[in-house]
Amino acid sequence: MAQMTMIQAITHALDLELARDERVLVFGEDVGKNGGVFRATEGLQQKYGPNRVFDTPLAESGIIGLANGLAIQGFRPVPEIQFFGFVFEAFDQIAGQLARTRYRTGGRYTAPVTIRSPFGGGVHTPEMHADSLEGLFVQTPGIKVVIPSTPYDAKGLLLSAIRDPDPVIFLEHMKLYRSFRQEVPEDDYTIPLGVANVVREGKHATVIAYGAMVHVALKAAEQWSKEKGLEAEVIDLRTVNPIDIETIVASIKKTNRAVVVQEAQRSAGAAAEIVAQINENAIYHLEAPVLRATPPDTVYPFGMIEDEWLPTPEYVLKTLDRVMSL
Amino acid sequence: MLAEHDRAERLMAIAKAEGLYEEIHLLKEDGTLAGSVDDISPEVMVAMYRHMVFARAFDRKAIALQRQGRIGTYAPFEGQEAAQVASAMALAPEDFVFPSYRDHAATMVLGQSPANVLLYWSGRVEGIRSPEGRHILPPSVPIATHVLHAVGAAWASRHRKEAAVSIAYFGDGATSEGDFHEALNFAGVFHLPVIFFCQNNGYAISVPFSRQSASRTIAQRAIAYDIVGVRVDGNDAFAVYRAVKEARARALHGLGPTLIEAVTFRMGAHTTADDPTRYRDQKAVVEAWQKRDPIARLRLYLESQRLWSDADEAKLQEEVRARVEAAVDEALSIAPPDMEMMFDHVYAEAPWHLAAEREEYRRSREGVSV
Ligand SMILES: Cc1ncc(C[n+]2csc(CCOP(=O)(O)OP(=O)(O)O)c2C)c(N)n1
Ligand SMILES: [Mg+2]
Repeated sequence: MAQMTMIQAITHALDLELARDERVLVFGEDVGKNGGVFRATEGLQQKYGPNRVFDTPLAESGIIGLANGLAIQGFRPVPEIQFFGFVFEAFDQIAGQLARTRYRTGGRYTAPVTIRSPFGGGVHTPEMHADSLEGLFVQTPGIKVVIPSTPYDAKGLLLSAIRDPDPVIFLEHMKLYRSFRQEVPEDDYTIPLGVANVVREGKHATVIAYGAMVHVALKAAEQWSKEKGLEAEVIDLRTVNPIDIETIVASIKKTNRAVVVQEAQRSAGAAAEIVAQINENAIYHLEAPVLRATPPDTVYPFGMIEDEWLPTPEYVLKTLDRVMSL
Repeated sequence: MLAEHDRAERLMAIAKAEGLYEEIHLLKEDGTLAGSVDDISPEVMVAMYRHMVFARAFDRKAIALQRQGRIGTYAPFEGQEAAQVASAMALAPEDFVFPSYRDHAATMVLGQSPANVLLYWSGRVEGIRSPEGRHILPPSVPIATHVLHAVGAAWASRHRKEAAVSIAYFGDGATSEGDFHEALNFAGVFHLPVIFFCQNNGYAISVPFSRQSASRTIAQRAIAYDIVGVRVDGNDAFAVYRAVKEARARALHGLGPTLIEAVTFRMGAHTTADDPTRYRDQKAVVEAWQKRDPIARLRLYLESQRLWSDADEAKLQEEVRARVEAAVDEALSIAPPDMEMMFDHVYAEAPWHLAAEREEYRRSREGVSV
């Protein structure tokens, strides 16, 4: 066992998988010699050589297209999009091509590609680096979207993602990269995709979150308990496509109230999908409408304003109070 | 517009005359000339020098401010002053300019306030606003996307028969993106008055140009699209200035686009968040390129022509120091942002849900429970 940050856990998982499975290839912009702009691939090129860990030209569509072709030939590519804000450049290759390879070839060819990418706000990056764009891929059939919130989960989920028979987008929240350490076993373990984790038990309301918002939700829950003596159950979704509705429904049966916390803009994203599924699966267990604690539907703001824009524990707390009052 | 055969002939002549593989030089490293510069006035030469000295001082100050935590991540351009300043000086006020995130030396020549540049890197939206009376678009952050915008803007100028060109500034790495190739192709098909100004500064973050492309040069890409390509010494202000002037003149004469590759070097880090020693022998490359410094050679030339003296230099240094300081004061003393600004300029008129979110935000700020 070792204490690891999330970024260390990710490097470590890549290392394990490169060693275990020779079909695994790691590539992208600056991932080789430089070890990635966040150092997620640090040391891997030295260890596995430039044929398995390499820098590509600066072209996101090219990177994902290359991965798709390699996957068709039996490789397990793990390409990196340097910042998820630049995923738009590769949109067709992901949503139009990668996600449909299995379907369009009737299962003859598959595309078990794991796209890793830093995303999320609150670290004062320059413009257009910090958007939460997972919602775009919640609406993309054929692809899974995984978002870890801890170093332990990051390793187990990344190993599952790489071994998954289908393409996976693996989103690494920039704010969580180095924010805390956790015990991470050195040996091989996986955490199943599509299974949420109840990270705090409670009986008065369910808070559903993922990524950095799990920690915001946990802070709010602690505060709520201290101030009001009310206990929120916090669910870390871990995968936003598909959504683990079973775990959510089980919790709502107990609490009868729910708040969804999301870092992305409010409309039509993962949170909206969660609310819709709760509506379809648990409406008779609800005492109040399900509320969303999200930023407004504006463009991700410039650095000086982003902390005001992003959901805070106080905002989640207010939303919890509101869901209790309804 | 010129007749088709005329155009083809002119293009052939240009392609033969200009360099696609070798750099064109005018001002050599020792401050002597490699050719006539009669077309460049002494006033322009001195102005270039003044802009370049200011740009360098500003750039170094910005790095220092980032180190002190007074601004955010910053993308320095030291080494690229000639490419940026001379190209910008070759433009006219009606031209449309599409810069990237590193092109502040160019945009400041065109009137962007240095304080705004600092505000931009401090995460203030005010910093992205460009000066009135000029057409400067916000710096492009996603690589190469704006190269196509320059093509569209050029199409508009030609459609309206305006004597204006568009210019896109981008790097060597940008030439790997599909958008770059689409832009060249569109501009070639429609013979548009657009200048593709590439600063080949040797690296795209950690990736050297030799790993970016198997093409020997960027200028040679022009052949494939049958447009004019020119490779210049990007640290030679005169060569850059002439290349852009000529490209502009061709564009206005209906001879279509030009791809200019200005060969230069990024002396520092990619951004203040980058550590270049991880991927190159920083000391050796800086030493090698210091010999090709764009500012030193221009000063040598100006002095040799008695256009510049030690006294002028002392005065300029004083001026530059004061201007940089004034910019820093202005940027750092700006009032904190009005947070509600986040709702501005999303649509011409906010749809109901956004208006409601704005109201909700306002009330929560006033402490009214929502
Ligand atoms: C579409 C896109 N992909 C990746 C990035 C991250 N990134 C920022 S700058 C850069 C390198 C750009 O190199 P180059 O075009 O040579 O310009 P330079 O930085 O050298 O001026 C990269 C990969 C980005 N901004 N946009
Ligand atoms: Mg470059």
